[in-house]
Amino acid sequence: MSEVVHNFTATIPTWSPYVTPVELASATSEQLAAMKVTPSNKGVSPYVLTLAHDPESLAVRSPLFNLIMYGKDGLSPAERELGALSASVVNRCIYCAAVHASRFISYSGRNDVVEEIFADERDATLEARQQALFNFATKLSTTPIEATAEDARALGEAGLSELEQLDLVLSAAIFGWANRLMHTLGEPLARSEAP
Amino acid sequence: MTTLIETIAGVRAASRLGQALNARAEILRLSEAAHDAVLLPREPGSLSHGLRAALAARMCRHVGDEALTAHYESYLAHASDLDLAALARPGGVCGDSLHDAMARHADLLTLSPREATRQDIAALKAAGVSEADIVRLSELAAFVNYQLRVLAGLRLLKEVEAR
Repeated sequence: MSEVVHNFTATIPTWSPYVTPVELASATSEQLAAMKVTPSNKGVSPYVLTLAHDPESLAVRSPLFNLIMYGKDGLSPAERELGALSASVVNRCIYCAAVHASRFISYSGRNDVVEEIFADERDATLEARQQALFNFATKLSTTPIEATAEDARALGEAGLSELEQLDLVLSAAIFGWANRLMHTLGEPLARSEAP
Repeated sequence: MTTLIETIAGVRAASRLGQALNARAEILRLSEAAHDAVLLPREPGSLSHGLRAALAARMCRHVGDEALTAHYESYLAHASDLDLAALARPGGVCGDSLHDAMARHADLLTLSPREATRQDIAALKAAGVSEADIVRLSELAAFVNYQLRVLAGLRLLKEVEAR
């Protein structure tokens, strides 16, 4: 029995749903299409199988998510991951934070930034540009929303273009969505030792 | 086509932010499609379109977004079940244990998602919410919170550019 992971980590856990996922064998054609199941792609995660209970939402959210996180030009891939990580820290989605901390590190090579964020969370002290991004994205993720025009102005002062600022809004916001699924519909479990 | 987010944000097309939005037109289009999928799904389960509009308005009120609240209130005005209107306000209950349990969960996902645990899903199941409806409800709450943050962010960027 794997242990539930309660602390932030850049080691990606597995994810175990609180509701019974759709079974691939009995999935409808609409569910299969929403999960992008094709004869050459039958590997579907428990998370996607869980979301397949609502195929209409899943079918739209997947391309939207991919475009926001992996679309061309604008904010760099590492800084989009920082936006995702900021939201995930506020919402305490351990699984999302692990995945996107890990991606941030592979894009930027900056383990130290992730260590600082995991240690001090919203009080993390970062370099000026990362601090501006982190402050804005975390404050956009709270309820009530704490972000102010001063926080937005700091983005421009840190050198972000309008397009980059918009991409930051989108990457933090889409994790306001993703965290509310992943953190509330299941839990992260430590991976068992390799056999 | 102008999307709901663009209509409410009211960003001038010729501004730098307007040009940035134009560069992200496909994201806005997909955001609109997501709105339709969670507010007006073909297969709503036991979350009627009216219930969805009421819960969306309730979540928008929690965050204090008057324009988006008005949008969902306009959907609710077309709903036939008048009991649902009580759910559109924070703290409101309608007396139907299934719907009241869903409203409590929408509150949790809006106000303090970080506090959510396995017990909250167990409480929905105990109230009689099916597993598919739990996922539908979660997508609704998660989407509205996405939309609220896109709008809040756009308003701030617009305000700074206008200075």
